[in-house]
Amino acid sequence: MDDVFSNFDLVLKAFWMTVQLAVLSGVAAMVLGTLLAAMRVGPVAVLRTVASTYVTVVRNTPLLVMCVFVFFAAPNLGLLVGTPFLVKGTIAVGLYTAPFVAEAIRSGVNAVPLGQAEAARAIGMTFAQNMRHVVLPQAFRASVPPLASTLIAMTKNTSVVAVFGIMEATARMRYFVNRNADDTILIFVVFAIGYILLVELISLGAVGLERRWKAAR
Amino acid sequence: MRLTRLKVAAAAVLVASTLAACGDAGDDDDKGLDVDVQDNAAEEFDAGTRMRELADAGSIKIGVKYDQPGIGFKGATDDTPVGFDPEIGKILAADLGIAPEDIDWVETISANREAFLQKGEVDLVIASYSITDERRQVVGQAGPYYVTGQQLLVKSDSDIESIEDVKGTEVCSVTGSTSLANIEAEGATPRGFDTYSECVDQVLNGTVDAMTTDGAILLGYAAEHPDELKVVVEPFSEERYGVGYSIDHPEMCDWITETIEDAQEDGDWAAAFEVTLGKSGVETPEPPAMDPCA
Repeated sequence: MDDVFSNFDLVLKAFWMTVQLAVLSGVAAMVLGTLLAAMRVGPVAVLRTVASTYVTVVRNTPLLVMCVFVFFAAPNLGLLVGTPFLVKGTIAVGLYTAPFVAEAIRSGVNAVPLGQAEAARAIGMTFAQNMRHVVLPQAFRASVPPLASTLIAMTKNTSVVAVFGIMEATARMRYFVNRNADDTILIFVVFAIGYILLVELISLGAVGLERRWKAAR
Repeated sequence: MRLTRLKVAAAAVLVASTLAACGDAGDDDDKGLDVDVQDNAAEEFDAGTRMRELADAGSIKIGVKYDQPGIGFKGATDDTPVGFDPEIGKILAADLGIAPEDIDWVETISANREAFLQKGEVDLVIASYSITDERRQVVGQAGPYYVTGQQLLVKSDSDIESIEDVKGTEVCSVTGSTSLANIEAEGATPRGFDTYSECVDQVLNGTVDAMTTDGAILLGYAAEHPDELKVVVEPFSEERYGVGYSIDHPEMCDWITETIEDAQEDGDWAAAFEVTLGKSGVETPEPPAMDPCA
């Protein structure tokens, strides 16, 4: 255990890597997911098909397989060879999480009463204006709890890249476990607490957003 | 007509048995050495010892690596693992009167070796298991039966020649391994992967600059790609492989130590080396001196 506390900077650096991965992948997944959700509820049939195909294919692919594509298959084909590992991790986790975000937002959109969208159309708003000013703000409010769950799952999912060359929290945990065979349980506990703290931050953020947007109603 | 059919059947049986014999002959090459299995081994050990229990039971569970060519490797179509570690396992089992086919091979990965010994999932761990003080707190380790050192595997056109050159480069190994920790201490960016073969792949496609682990394993991979890969730098660590046993059975230490010392003297150790690690072209080293048991 002394080894962990006397090298605590390594623990913090590893969790910082986890945070970077989670934030970058989270932003990527939110942007792509919102786009996909808009395509799926939108009026253009081609885009609807494209978005639902993406959701079906990627949501049914394990994250590990996604990582194998990005970290092993792509470089073997000469793609992404010079790309930093953090970017590759963001691509894998972000692309994987996007369909879950899209479905959370789509459920939010479906929760907005039809009359809202009809009223917006009646006063002459285009589809884009309708989405931006009327439907999506209400949809995001209804999507906060499922989105929080998705982002929490994603944060924990970043641990998969521990075996794809990125020294994040789980990889660092294995480093300490290997060096301190007599202390494994305590090391697991320390890193579990780290993950709990990260996830609690997201939960608290979600609670805060819910409270704030409730007042706006 | 009936006769013809019989003839065909007889011919078929003949061909089949010839082929089977050929197959057997081929397998024997891969299966490594024949060991002399002790008769009535159980009587050699005092009642109540773990060795007596194992000899009476007639089977033993040995944990080895399945993903390290030369050390301990099991291909998708293989029935049993091959490598230097399984050979040592066979020598130990033979001393208990247990034939190689009665050994229960179990895959152990670096992270579960202590847990498997503590919970009795395996009786012995022979899995490139470096002896360390921390590990000796929780499990027994007899040995070393082999001493190796960490080196680097790079592309043939790489500029890395000495250990100082790794500063600022990306070097891969297995996540959580001692090798990865050592190379991080040398100033390289550590890139951990699940298996050594994935790591070699990253070197071959140019994603990382080098791979690092025990020289013996690297030589095996270099031999697979002689035009593309080479092993460089002097060994910069000393890994002393030991045989892991449960700390609840301290009497096993003397038995393991003596059995391996006997094998070192009568040439079984060298023979085991030659059919496994020796295949990559390295000379058979002098067997290391075993630590005395506490």
